[in-house]
Amino acid sequence: MAEDYILEMRGIVKEFPGVRALDNVNFKVRRGEIHCLVGENGAGKSTLMKVLSGVYPFGTYEGDIVYNGEVQHFKSIADSEQKEIAIIYQELALIPELSVYENIFFGHEITSGKKINWNETIIRAGEVLKKVRLDIDPSVKIRSLGVGTQQLVEIAKALSKNVKLLILDEPTAALNEDDSQNLLQLIRELKESGVTCIMISHKLREITAIADTITVLRDGATITSMDCHAQEITEAEIIKHMVGREMNNIYPKRSVRAPGETSFELKDWTVVDPSRDNREILHHVNMNVRKGEIVGLQGLMGAGRTELALSVFGNTPHYRITSGELYMDGKKVHFKNPKSAIKGGLAYVSEDRKGNGLILIQDIKYNNTIANLEALVQGLAINKNEEIKVSNYYKDSINIKAPSIEQKVGNLSGGNQQKVQVAKWMFVEPNVLILDEPTRGIDVGAKFEIYTLMNRLVEEGMSIIMISSELPEVLGMSDRLYVMSEGTITGELSAEEATEEKVMAMAIKGGRGNE
Amino acid sequence: MSDEVKKEAEGTAAATGGGLGGEVVSLLKSNVRDYMMYIVLAAIMIYFTIGSGGTFLGGRNITNLFKEAGHVAILAIGMTIILIIRHIDLSVGYVAGFSGAVAALLMTKGIAIGPLNIPPVNEWVAILIVLAMGALIGLYQGTVVTKIGVPAFVTTLAGQFIFRGLLLRTTAATGTIVIQNKGYNALSNDYIPDLPVELPIRLHLLTVIIGVLMVLAFAWSQFKSRKNKLKYNFAVPSMPVFIMKLVFFAAVIMFFMILLAMYNGLPWVAVIIGVVLFLYNYVLNQTKLGRYVYGIGGNDQAAELSGINVKRVTLYAFISMSTLAALAGVLFSSRLRSASPDTGSGFELDAIASSYIGGVAVSGGIGRVTNTIIGALIITSLTNGMNLMQINISWQYIIKGIIFVIAVAFDVRTRQRAK
Repeated sequence: MAEDYILEMRGIVKEFPGVRALDNVNFKVRRGEIHCLVGENGAGKSTLMKVLSGVYPFGTYEGDIVYNGEVQHFKSIADSEQKEIAIIYQELALIPELSVYENIFFGHEITSGKKINWNETIIRAGEVLKKVRLDIDPSVKIRSLGVGTQQLVEIAKALSKNVKLLILDEPTAALNEDDSQNLLQLIRELKESGVTCIMISHKLREITAIADTITVLRDGATITSMDCHAQEITEAEIIKHMVGREMNNIYPKRSVRAPGETSFELKDWTVVDPSRDNREILHHVNMNVRKGEIVGLQGLMGAGRTELALSVFGNTPHYRITSGELYMDGKKVHFKNPKSAIKGGLAYVSEDRKGNGLILIQDIKYNNTIANLEALVQGLAINKNEEIKVSNYYKDSINIKAPSIEQKVGNLSGGNQQKVQVAKWMFVEPNVLILDEPTRGIDVGAKFEIYTLMNRLVEEGMSIIMISSELPEVLGMSDRLYVMSEGTITGELSAEEATEEKVMAMAIKGGRGNE
Repeated sequence: MSDEVKKEAEGTAAATGGGLGGEVVSLLKSNVRDYMMYIVLAAIMIYFTIGSGGTFLGGRNITNLFKEAGHVAILAIGMTIILIIRHIDLSVGYVAGFSGAVAALLMTKGIAIGPLNIPPVNEWVAILIVLAMGALIGLYQGTVVTKIGVPAFVTTLAGQFIFRGLLLRTTAATGTIVIQNKGYNALSNDYIPDLPVELPIRLHLLTVIIGVLMVLAFAWSQFKSRKNKLKYNFAVPSMPVFIMKLVFFAAVIMFFMILLAMYNGLPWVAVIIGVVLFLYNYVLNQTKLGRYVYGIGGNDQAAELSGINVKRVTLYAFISMSTLAALAGVLFSSRLRSASPDTGSGFELDAIASSYIGGVAVSGGIGRVTNTIIGALIITSLTNGMNLMQINISWQYIIKGIIFVIAVAFDVRTRQRAK
């Protein structure tokens, strides 16, 4: 029996320098269904959708996109929109200072002659808003709306273009329970009216509730495609497919594992984001780390791990701490900025080494010493000979591969940049080191070196908090781990009891939804 | 120099391979941005020398050139830091104008506004008061930028209005204020004293001696840094190329110092520029604060997360800028021996152009005050030379603008290629 597929992506291969993000992915979507795409962070879901929508234009990938029975060559988003495909990203693409109706028709304005027909625009905006069951004045500004409502405006915008295939990238990630349910209901209604939906989501509860078909991606390949009407799909089954890779023994063993006293403790840590209407981003977090211990902090994207690290590190403009205490070596402390955090013995290796970790236009020695110049100052001036000695020491000690320490950091490979970041914070000699995604985007050899270095540091008595989206890495390296979801700690596991399935179940649990 | 060092130097030269000529070419290529600046300055000077029938490169005119460069150079040094940290200060022209007028008023009538009553003071007290006032202006503008978060462009554009207005108020009663204090006017018009030695020719001996000392100090610091680099196995140019570079710079320094010595000697304003330049160069290259400036310009978020107080360093930069603007105002009014209501218009453009021509990266994070001085000399040479050749002021603006945009375009392109 011939099935009616609105979309078939065949043998899609997409490579970035050094990484094969999509490796021969096949992905078929039936007309009029809700098709959920799941997978771990980095599995390739978003990349696949960007290929589909033309963000990565035809020619930059291999394979065929067959849409409505024809092979498509999308060169831009405009091309895919032409074919009535719309994609709604996790980060909303609305313009906050414009009104709802201006946003809905932004880029495809209704005109009479050369002039925009505002009356018609407002009337049509009202009509599409009705379709998404949104009862608001179309002339209010986007910024005055909540995230859930904005999400619906995005969908209204897509509907105003007569969309036939709607792609939603984690549409409920930023929504509370009520808004999420509301949105899912709307997606069902859209399906009734003939719109096909592809939904990327981490929330398995929602997926099992809404999906007609579930496709699992892992490491850039299609693992399975499951028909939800042919069989009962359980969350456990999806998790198994998501994580079911072989555990390779790529984690160096530590010679001693003897955690000492508690060096870092958070009690009741609650943080809001002042720039987003004081939305709570961390909710009564409790955790502790002992000397000589590597503690993993696991969770899916947006669970609040980086926010936890940065709020502790004193990055105050973005985070307001509304309750909670931080203890370093048993003493209650408050870090008002990163400078005081560094003085207090805390260091943070950024997940975004290019964005806010390193100063790329400067050389290795500059970056190596910038966080601890005090140690090099004699009188007024920096002792440059001493600086060179220090930087050469770290270059040899942790094997930074570069012609010299005068090499610009921007010209180094990802792995070596990461080592420079670690060297920078080693020179500060902190008691507690937070490593945020320490192996993101670096090759296997460099990963092993970073792991070895971590072991060396904890053996010397440092405490490490390791934030990572790579489950095997967290399981392989940690003595203990915490799992976060939606800004709360949803579980604590020892190295012995932790399995990928257990962690994934906790990460998807949905902290506050279950309270 | 020890034999050991020599041996290592030769080793390095051998290791890099290629002939002497090849090395010079590759050195020029890899530093094309820096050398281009010197080439442009030389080309401009040669052109104007020919165009003016030799007058341009005479001792008298070179002396004038330094005097004219005074306020631009001082402003450009401060502007370099502001631009490195990716801000801008458009108010510096009228802050300078206002400062000059306040100094003039302090030396003539004194100032009485409400409870504030300052009787007429001598030139040195007046200068100190004006510099302190500059620091306060910087504190105000820096605070608005860092604490409230108004972009520097807006804050200092508003400053341009405010200080222009204040300049007009200061000079409202008298119009142009004539300055008669000898010490004050000497700053931009007089020369360092000479040694009491009779020479058969007209030559300012102390100027020549200072020139020789500068060359020696330069050579010594270059040798020291080279030796250090060799010690840590960093790449250095081979000894012949190193010597060539040294001789070239020594010749340039001595050429200008002897030109000045054949006229009236080293002007005080050149000494002031030299001291400010030395100070800022030291801070930027040798101290924590300097490191922080480059860090903030390179990536302010990374700087913040490295424990740098970005706002405080930014505030310091604005205080330094306005203080230097006050100094520039003093130098300018000293040169004209008066303060007039229209002083300061367009100074900020010369300062910004000098910094960019001197190699400050448009995207921030890169720049050297020593190169900015070359930029200031280029800008001043253009003005001076075109005046000598009696080119209409309208063309002067157009030509300066074209050279400015070409310089930055060249900068952007060479940096793109380097990436």
